[in-house]
Amino acid sequence: MAITVKFFASLRERVGVEMTTRPYRDGLTPADLWRDVLPDTPIPGNVLVAVNMDYATPDRVLTDGDEVAFFPPVTGGAA
Amino acid sequence: MKIDVTPVPFEPWALVRLHEQALASRAKVGACAVFVGTMRDINEGDEVRAMTLEHYPGMTERHLTRIAEEAEQRWGLQDVLVVHRVGQLLPADPIVLVAVWAGHRREAFEACRFIMEDLKSKAPFWKKEQLDAGERWVEHNTPGH
Repeated sequence: MAITVKFFASLRERVGVEMTTRPYRDGLTPADLWRDVLPDTPIPGNVLVAVNMDYATPDRVLTDGDEVAFFPPVTGGAA
Repeated sequence: MKIDVTPVPFEPWALVRLHEQALASRAKVGACAVFVGTMRDINEGDEVRAMTLEHYPGMTERHLTRIAEEAEQRWGLQDVLVVHRVGQLLPADPIVLVAVWAGHRREAFEACRFIMEDLKSKAPFWKKEQLDAGERWVEHNTPGH
């Protein structure tokens, strides 16, 4: 198994990655994954994190097979 | 309850009428509140030609369902309908429809606003505007209160 990592919207364009996978290891967190995928880019302060499609904090300890998503502040709706 | 995230343009008033006709508990409904958000042709002083709405397939629907369920329980609603466009939009296109059916107006108004504000601040959608000068991501939402 592995961890799936997704990026959305302006963040996807900025980092140039839409989806990737990384091997699972004990104690792995979204913050670790960010550093693995983007070693030269500090994690933006306003980035939102989801684990298995639920909001989570960057220090959440992951389980093998999890899907992790990073995205910018949301801007849906209207007016 | 119905939640729909659609790349197809929709006609909100037709959807409200259709949904209302199918309500099982119509006689219990004393109030229906509807919010329709449409695309404007101007933002931050610039003319906007078109807009692309991106979402997180799976999480977006799940989040909207959760908001609607929470509102149903909190205000004892009879029904909820939420429709949100994604993909390419043009000015005046409906973006979002939130309709709630309740026993009384207070529940209807409050639940409709709750769903709309939660959607705007937490549901994973992102807007990118097409201007004469190029494209830009919308970076933050306007406050609703």
